[in-house]
Amino acid sequence: MAQAVPIETAPADVIVVGGGPAGCWAAWNARASGASVILIDKGYVGTSGAMAAGNNTTIDTARGTKERDFTVNQRINRGLGLVRRPLLESVLDRARINLDLLAQWGYAFPVDDDGRPYRGMLRGPDCLRFMRQRLIKAGVRVIDHCPAEELLLTQDGAVAGVCARYRNGRGLLEVRSAAVVLATGGCAFLSGAIGTNNLTGDGYLMAAEAGTTLASMEFSGQYGIAPSFSGVTKGIVYFWATFSEADGHEIVLPGDRQSVAKYLMKGPVFAILDKVSPRLQEGFRKGQPNIFVPFDRAGIDPFRERFQITLRHEGTVRGTGGIVIDERAATSVPGLFAAGDAVAREGMSGATSGGGGPNASWALATGSWAGEDAAAYARHVGAHQVSRPVRPSRVRPVEDGNSRKAEIKQVIEHIKSETLPLDRGFFRSEDSLNRNAMQLDALWKDETWRRPGDAYDAARIREAEALIATARWVTASALLRRESRGVHRRTDAPASDPALTTRIVSGGLDKPWATYDLMRDQAVRAAS
Amino acid sequence: MIELVSAERCIQCDICVAACPDNVFDAVKDGVPVIARQDDCQTCFLCELFCPVDALYVSPLIDAIEGRSEADLAASGLLGSFRREMGWKNAKPYGTGADLSYRMFESGAIVP
Ligand SMILES: Cc1cc2nc3c(=O)[nH]c(=O)nc-3n(C[C@H](O)[C@H](O)[C@H](O)COP(=O)(O)OP(=O)(O)OC[C@H]3O[C@@H](n4cnc5c(N)ncnc54)[C@H](O)[C@@H]3O)c2cc1C
Ligand code: SF4
Ligand code: SF4
Repeated sequence: MAQAVPIETAPADVIVVGGGPAGCWAAWNARASGASVILIDKGYVGTSGAMAAGNNTTIDTARGTKERDFTVNQRINRGLGLVRRPLLESVLDRARINLDLLAQWGYAFPVDDDGRPYRGMLRGPDCLRFMRQRLIKAGVRVIDHCPAEELLLTQDGAVAGVCARYRNGRGLLEVRSAAVVLATGGCAFLSGAIGTNNLTGDGYLMAAEAGTTLASMEFSGQYGIAPSFSGVTKGIVYFWATFSEADGHEIVLPGDRQSVAKYLMKGPVFAILDKVSPRLQEGFRKGQPNIFVPFDRAGIDPFRERFQITLRHEGTVRGTGGIVIDERAATSVPGLFAAGDAVAREGMSGATSGGGGPNASWALATGSWAGEDAAAYARHVGAHQVSRPVRPSRVRPVEDGNSRKAEIKQVIEHIKSETLPLDRGFFRSEDSLNRNAMQLDALWKDETWRRPGDAYDAARIREAEALIATARWVTASALLRRESRGVHRRTDAPASDPALTTRIVSGGLDKPWATYDLMRDQAVRAAS
Repeated sequence: MIELVSAERCIQCDICVAACPDNVFDAVKDGVPVIARQDDCQTCFLCELFCPVDALYVSPLIDAIEGRSEADLAASGLLGSFRREMGWKNAKPYGTGADLSYRMFESGAIVP
C-alpha cells in the first residue's frame, strides 16, 4: 500500500499545536490580535493534557506586594541558582492579566469564607471547557483527535505549517500557515501519571527536526507520589501524610517528600493522610474529587487506613526541560513559537519542579506571548505565505497493511524500562547513564520497528521516536552535569557544584549533544 | 481503566467518543459505543464527567481489571460518583465555584 495523499485544508495565519492552557491562551491571543487560528490537538481540547486531569494551583499576586515578594523569593531559593527574577516577575504579571480576563468573562471562581473570589485554583476540566467554548465563539477552528506529526518548512527553513494524522482513520492532514505555536506539553514517558498519556515529547522532536535546541533536559528526574494501584500523582495531600515501611516503622522525610524513593528501592512503603483536619478533609473532597474517587472505589479511607504508595515519573511535565525560546516565546527558527511545558523554563522554576503554581502561570503567560507574537509574525509574512513552496521535515513512513501493534508496544516497553525505574530516572550515575545512552542509541538506529502496518501503528511509531529522542537529550544533559541539583540526582556526584550554576542546552537527532550555555550566562550578566 | 459502557443506560449520544482524550471508544452506528482500545485508557475519569446518564465506569486500577458487575456498581452508588462530586450535569460544569481547595493554603504552611 502506498502512502495516502494528505488531505489539505484551508490555511490559517497561525496554527497552535496542543490545546492545554498554553495552547488555549496562545489561540486566544493570536485570534484577539486579528489572526485566523487553527487549534489542533492529539486528544480533545478540554480533556487532554496535564491540566485537564487535575487542578492547577496558580499564582495570583500583584507586583510590589508582600505576597508577590514572598512567592518570588521562595521560587528563587528553590530554583537553586537558575531562576531569573525579571522573567519570573513578568510571567506572574502576565498570568494575572489572564486571570483578570477569566473573571471579566464570568468564569466561576470559587469564593472564600470572606466572600472574596479565590483565583489561585483553576479546576482543569472546568477551566479548559470554558476556554474551548470561548475559542470556538471567537472563531478559532478547533480540530480534535489529530496529532501533529511534523512541521512543514519553506526552502529557507522557516516553519510554514504542520502535517497531522487523524486518529479516526481519515488519514493525514496538511495545513499551511504563516506561523506555528508548539504547545504540546512535557514528556512523562508513558509512566501512567494521570493526564500524561498524550505527553510524549512530540513537540520537542518536531522542533528539533526544524532546527531548534532544547535546554535543562536533565531537570526531569521529577516523580509524583501515587497510591500504588492508581495514577493520581497529586502530591500536595502527602504534605499531611505519615509514611511507614511494611512493618509499620515510621519513615521521617525532612524536606522533599520525594526522598521516599530511597525507601521504595528497599521495599514497600505505605502512607496515611492522618494529619488532615476535618475542615481540610472537606476542602480536599470538595476541591479535588479525583484524589478521593479512586480511594472510594478501591474501598480505602485514606484518612484512617494505610495504603501502599509508589512514585510515578513526571519527566518534563513537572520538571523544567524543553525547547529554547527567547524572553517571550520565539524559537530560533523563523515562524516557530513555543509555550507552556513544551518550553525550557529553568528561568522560572530553576532546577526543581514547577508544579503547584509556577507551571500554570508559565503556561498562561508564555501561551499569551506566543499567540501575540505568532500573529505579529503572520502579519509580517502577509499574503505571501500561501505561495511559499514547502517540504516535509522528515521522510514519511509508508503503511503496508499488516498491523504491528504488538511489536511497537514492545519497543515502547523497552523505552519505558530505560526511563522510568527509580535507578534510571530518579537516581543517575555515569554508569546508568552510559547504559541508557547505549540502549537508546541502538533503538534510534534500528529501522526494523519503524514499519507501520496501519495508521494506529504510524502514530505510535511517531510517539516512540519522540520518546527516544527526548530520553537521549535527557541522558546527554544528565551525563554532562556532574553534580546533583534539584531534580537531577547523581549518586556519583551527590553534592552541588557552585561552578555549574549554568543551564545546559542540548540537541541533535542522530548524534545527540549537550553543552553548558556559557553564551547565555554572559548575556544575562551583561543585561544585569 | 474504563471498564463499562452500560447498554441499559446509554442514550448513544457519542459524547464520550469525542471527549475521551485517548480515543479509547469507537462509535457504533445505531448502537452503544464500544471500548475499542482499553489499553490506551489513562484512567482520567473525564469521560464520566461528560456522560449525561452515568453510563460509564472507570475503575481506579491503572493496570488491572476490576471486573465488577454493573448491578454491583449501581447498587454501591459508584456510577456517576465522580460527576456528582465535581458538580457536572449534562456535560457541563456547575461545581466550579464550589471548589474548596483554597483551604490547603489557610494555615500558611504551603504557599504557591
Ligand atoms: C497531576 C498533576 C497536577 C498538577 N498540578 C499543578 C498545580 O497545581 N499547579 C501548577 O502550576 N501546575 C500543576 N501541574 C502542571 C500543569 O498541569 C502543567 O504545567 C500545564 O498543564 C502545562 O500546560 P501546557 O498547555 O503546556 O500542557 P498540557 O496541559 O499538558 O497540554 C498539552 C496538550 O498538547 C497536546 N499534544 C501533545 N502532543 C501533541 C501533538 N503531537 N499534536 C497535537 N497535540 C498534542 C496534548 O494532547 C495536550 O492537550 C500539574 C501536573 C500534573 C500532572
Ligand atoms: S456519553 Fe454516555 S450516553 Fe453518551 S454515548 Fe457515551 S456512554 Fe452513551
Ligand atoms: S478514563 Fe479517560 S482515557 Fe479512559 S476512557 Fe475515560 S476519558 Fe478516556
